[in-house]
Amino acid sequence: MLIALFADIHANRQAFSACLAQAREQGAQRIVLLGDYVGYGADPEWAVTTVMDLVDKGAVALLGNHDSAIGNPRAQMNMEAQIAIEWTRGVLGASERQFLAGLPLTVTDGERLYVHSEASNPPGWIYVTSTVEASRSLALNPAQVTFCGHVHQPAVYSMSPTAKMTSFTPTTGAAVPLLQGRRWLAVLGSVGQPRDGDPAASYAMLDTDKRELTYCRAAYDIEQAAAAIRKKGLPVWLANRLFQGR
Amino acid sequence: MVKPLHEPGVAVDGYRLDELAHSGGMAALWRVSRPGVSMPLLMKVPRIGEGADPAAVVSFEMEQMILPRLSGTHVPKFIAAGDFAAQPYIVMEAIPGTTLLPRLPELPLPYAEVAKIGLKIATALDDLHRQHVVHLDIKPSNIMFRPTGEAVLLDYGLSHHDRLPDLMQEEFRLPFGTAPYMSPEQLRGIRDDRRSDLFALGVLLYFFSTGVRPFGEIETLRGMRRRLWRDPVPPRGLRADYAPWLQEIVLRCLEIEPAWRYPTAAQLAFDLSHPTQVKLTKRSERLKHDPLSTVLRRRFNQGVAQPRAKQAMAAQLSSAPIIAVAIDLAEGSVALNDALRITAGRILATLPSARLACLNVLKQGRITIDFTLDEQGHNRQIDRLVGLRHWAEPLKLEEPRLTVHVLEAVDPAAVILEFAQNNRVDHILIGARQSSLMRTLLGSVSAKVAAEALCTVTVVRPNAAAGQDKPSAGDDASRPPSG
Repeated sequence: MLIALFADIHANRQAFSACLAQAREQGAQRIVLLGDYVGYGADPEWAVTTVMDLVDKGAVALLGNHDSAIGNPRAQMNMEAQIAIEWTRGVLGASERQFLAGLPLTVTDGERLYVHSEASNPPGWIYVTSTVEASRSLALNPAQVTFCGHVHQPAVYSMSPTAKMTSFTPTTGAAVPLLQGRRWLAVLGSVGQPRDGDPAASYAMLDTDKRELTYCRAAYDIEQAAAAIRKKGLPVWLANRLFQGR
Repeated sequence: MVKPLHEPGVAVDGYRLDELAHSGGMAALWRVSRPGVSMPLLMKVPRIGEGADPAAVVSFEMEQMILPRLSGTHVPKFIAAGDFAAQPYIVMEAIPGTTLLPRLPELPLPYAEVAKIGLKIATALDDLHRQHVVHLDIKPSNIMFRPTGEAVLLDYGLSHHDRLPDLMQEEFRLPFGTAPYMSPEQLRGIRDDRRSDLFALGVLLYFFSTGVRPFGEIETLRGMRRRLWRDPVPPRGLRADYAPWLQEIVLRCLEIEPAWRYPTAAQLAFDLSHPTQVKLTKRSERLKHDPLSTVLRRRFNQGVAQPRAKQAMAAQLSSAPIIAVAIDLAEGSVALNDALRITAGRILATLPSARLACLNVLKQGRITIDFTLDEQGHNRQIDRLVGLRHWAEPLKLEEPRLTVHVLEAVDPAAVILEFAQNNRVDHILIGARQSSLMRTLLGSVSAKVAAEALCTVTVVRPNAAAGQDKPSAGDDASRPPSG
């Protein structure tokens, strides 16, 4: 089975549409959404209703910290994120807010675990940026492969049977074999706000038969996404950073 | 738990174990067979369990990831794999014959034979590097030859794949490899530099041509570290008659600093296949290794090496292409040859590691017997070589970057294509024949080259705006290269 995985969509309609279209062309049979549908971008309402629609058709959707902050005014965020979240709260309707509030922190799917951030403490929204957090994330759950987002930079970590960790930055389009002898943590890049220096939208495709994970990029109309952010009066930096992928 | 399966006659996932072919520290190799598969097969089974080397498991995992991703004649064909969760094994094509190891008692071998073996290995390495893999364990016991002659590189357990997680890198702090062949940078823990394989090949060439290992047989880490500052005794110091061109090649492979070695295996293969064209530098003359002052400077400047920027292998390779330019030295080709030089100059200016091979085809008649001397008694080969050097002179290339070749052939396009393929040329520059009469009579060489080459081809023509007529309808310019 081919599973398409998306993380950190961040209300970027143009980027998410491009990724969905490309993944469908690649033959995706299942969709997993790793959280952060809103925040930063200009189309939160579209993003949430699209996710609701996908969930209706069988997609798995997780809760992200930005989604959680919609119903939690005390959530701590940096200034730009805070401004975007406050604006988003005013844009989303009741049914969308209710949908976000009901999302799970983790979902186990056979030998796979889906979560937005570091898995040992999901509500802590900890970034997996090194083998230290990756090892903590893998330590307490039995899943062979964990998928998360939150960092906005693709990375693959593995843990050997003797608990040694390795890290790796995947190459776009080059399948990574998820060997059965070890446990894996795949950190996805971001659909709506990539920060690894490549402005193209990032997602991943998992082939469960071959046990291979391929990181993919989709080019999208950044100009339009940035114009929408400026038009909504959101901080200009949120528009500018999209061009740089930072 | 995995139970051992070391018994002839046992079947594993449909593969019957026939005979134990080899039993090493990391893995056992079995000859296996399977109904319906005619190819001779080998099964590699890692040594795991109590007391086994933990590196055996990891290197097996590396091979299990890398081998299925490799293709071509220079690697054993991957057939199947069993995972650690069940029964770990890899089944691959069994290459007939022996490795280079049994040849050690014959050493030293004649220089021409060493160059021939080296050329085959360098060609295989180039192919491997283009598939994003650094072998990191090039040595006689990992090299075999197909009945058709091509080198096959075995054992990817210590290799690095540029697009796969490097499990060896992070799991083990000590360098892995084979002591006599290991490059200085490998000793420092660097695993992603393809030039490490050129160093190992340099060790092999030195050993095979002198009978002596350049760094001895030292196995201790401390002893191995000497090669970070101590260069080997030049082969000519061991054998007075040692061929200078071979010493030039071998010592360039053995440079301590990777940047001073050949930039690519293809460029090394190029020199090995054109010994007379190897530019002899001071390296070729040396009889002794570096003076103590140089060695001490290296020894005590270890910590001040520049941090190296990581660069993807594909980018490293594409920055050092071999470019071939086909030059017509006939009268009336001046404008075209200027245009070719300008195009070549543009490419070379941006790629300081690129090298240029200038080709000229000495056309032979199909029936007439050709003589090397023309009516005036000139040696046509030499005249052409001089002409090619003259063409290239304004490019002001340092000698090692430039070679000139006169190819004799009935069919110019075919011989240019053959040269490109044999020498792993990345880019051909060729002029479009100007005279449409000639083109009609002889057919378009550039069109055939452009259509049939396996690499990039740029068809060059002089700028029509420079006081010339508009190209006629029959000119190559207006036609797709359809052969």
